[in-house]
Amino acid sequence: MPAQVVTTENVTKIYGKKEAAFTALDGVNIEIRAGETVAIVGKSGSGKSTLMHLLALLDRPTSGSIQIGSKDASKLSAKQLDMIRNKTFGFVFQQFFLNGNDTALNNVTLPLKIAGMSKKARNQRGMEMLEAVELEDKAESKANDLSGGQKQRVVIARALANNPKLIFADEPTGNLDTKTGKIIENLLFNLNKKKGITLVIVTHDTDLAARCHRQIFIEDGRIVRGGKR
Amino acid sequence: MKLIDIIRDANSNLLRSKARTILTIIAIFIGALTLTVTNGIGSGVSKYIDQQLGNLGAEDVIVVQPQADDSFGSGPQKYEEAETGTSSNSGFGLLIPMMNDQDIQEITAVSGVVSAEPMLTPAPDYIVGPNNEKYQMLAQPFISGTNLELASGVLPDNESGENQLTLPFDHTPVIGFSSPEEAVGKTVAIGITTAAGEQKEVEATVVGVQEKSLVDLGGANTNDALTRNLAAVQSEGKPASAPEGYLAVIARVDVDTSSDEMERIKSDLRDRGYEAQTFQDTIGIFKQVVGAIIAVLNFFAVIALVAASFGIVNTLLMAVQERTKEIGLMKAMGLGRGKIFLLFSIEAILLGFWGSLLGSLAGIGIGLAANQYASSTFLKDLPGFSLTSFSPISVAVIMLIIMLIAFIAGTLPARRASRKHPIEALRYE
Ligand SMILES: Nc1ncnc2c1ncn2[C@@H]1O[C@H](COP(=O)(O)OP(=O)(O)O)[C@@H](O)[C@H]1O
Ligand SMILES: [Mg+2]
Repeated sequence: MPAQVVTTENVTKIYGKKEAAFTALDGVNIEIRAGETVAIVGKSGSGKSTLMHLLALLDRPTSGSIQIGSKDASKLSAKQLDMIRNKTFGFVFQQFFLNGNDTALNNVTLPLKIAGMSKKARNQRGMEMLEAVELEDKAESKANDLSGGQKQRVVIARALANNPKLIFADEPTGNLDTKTGKIIENLLFNLNKKKGITLVIVTHDTDLAARCHRQIFIEDGRIVRGGKR
Repeated sequence: MKLIDIIRDANSNLLRSKARTILTIIAIFIGALTLTVTNGIGSGVSKYIDQQLGNLGAEDVIVVQPQADDSFGSGPQKYEEAETGTSSNSGFGLLIPMMNDQDIQEITAVSGVVSAEPMLTPAPDYIVGPNNEKYQMLAQPFISGTNLELASGVLPDNESGENQLTLPFDHTPVIGFSSPEEAVGKTVAIGITTAAGEQKEVEATVVGVQEKSLVDLGGANTNDALTRNLAAVQSEGKPASAPEGYLAVIARVDVDTSSDEMERIKSDLRDRGYEAQTFQDTIGIFKQVVGAIIAVLNFFAVIALVAASFGIVNTLLMAVQERTKEIGLMKAMGLGRGKIFLLFSIEAILLGFWGSLLGSLAGIGIGLAANQYASSTFLKDLPGFSLTSFSPISVAVIMLIIMLIAFIAGTLPARRASRKHPIEALRYE
């Protein structure tokens, strides 16, 4: 694995067409290195989520290029992109995106099910992940019956299930009270410390940003500071 | 994602909104039920016909009659002096053309026809059995090779010089026999009126009793000897100048005649101005009528299914809308388009599967109950006729067709789901 996990070169993202066109990102050059924790900081509407979605290969830039490892993302097929997201990325969104009627365990094992793992193997792995976030006793509870903090821990367990190299977290504490938010923060930074998982955290919380190795500041779709080391 | 997991998920997604799923399944259920019942009746009836007639045996026989008049109803035809036979006034004011020896020669001349003989149709007045009472009777000449179903005894023997006949099942008790078995070997007398207007009796031996059946509605079958004797008595005292005539001619072809060759012979006969029909043709007409009725019923069933497929489209579009976020999440986690498409397609197929399975089972249940009812009421007189019949293959075919319809209906929502962009799906509030 090269030092840079993800790099962008002069990336622009324009939403809409003609008169309705809106430039959400404008000439963005940043790099994410293996094993580091990076905060993407900016006001609401500044383009943080848009940037994260591009880095996570969930969307394609209007112009410019994104390098994933040593490969140009635009040259990869949809299948290869799906594969990279499934095998090497973990996602934590501001909204939980849990299937409320399903058990915590089944929510955690979703990426493994998508990867085609057998039920037995993925349940075993899922239990390990729930233990890692100290929720093993809630494995069979419905996601709807969990508290906000517990839900976000389930989300983190899910992000960890496929043993990712990189976790993208979009405002992971935005929906939580300060105390629960701290627990989630600690959980994430511990993963970086113990397992060397690269973290990309989108936030407008300056305290959370300060705990990261590096902060990328974004304003109106432009990087104002910290794009590269 | 493994196929088994996709199927499992599709199934549990359907169970998520039970009311909606059940309503959709009911619509499919109705279509499947109708299809199953109509096809059950169709195959029940045609199975019976095949059983009754399919192996008639007399495949070498063509019944030849003068062609029906095209100008029927357009006033009386010009009288022609004994040219192609005479006409018999049937008593209904209709002139039925008759055939004579000249026609026999003409028919025999058609290549492929081995022999032709008049179909004598003597019209007896009554029959007298052990109880010495006169009862009206119908009789028809027995054609060798016909498979009559018998309750007792044997078929009439056309080679025998003895007067023989088989009696319809319901005649035996009326004329005084205690059982079909008892009738066999007994002598009955048949009353017939001569051309001179005198009533005479001819004696004949009962060789068998016919089972009731759909195609043989009540006439006695007379062997050649009896037919000729009756015909002879009937024409006694006829003036010598009166022309000889018969309603039909029995033409025989070689037993090995192919169906193509048979068609050729029939069309040759038609070209010469005759109506030519085999027993298979008669069955064919009957089957066509039954087939047409079944087709109409099936048409309604298919309309029900088309309506049901809109239900499937609607149900799944709602499901796609509701599960936008979930679809986006799964896509973000690397689930490909094809798998998403498959997930919703399988939901559609499962709707079709459950609807058609329950519909078929209910259809079979209703069919079997109807069989029970029918065989103790309106089909009582037709032993061996079960109103409906179901084969695993035809039920499986119906189920597959419905699942295919469901799949096709599901492609629209499934495509919509597979094309959802993960970002838009994740931003969806
Ligand atoms: N699909 C879209 N179509 C049009 N505009 C969009 C779309 N997604 C985001 N935007 C706009 O792009 C800007 C950046 O959005 P986003 O990346 O979500 O900001 P942030 O995450 O920093 O709050 C916002 O002004 C938003 O309204
Ligand atoms: Mg955002």
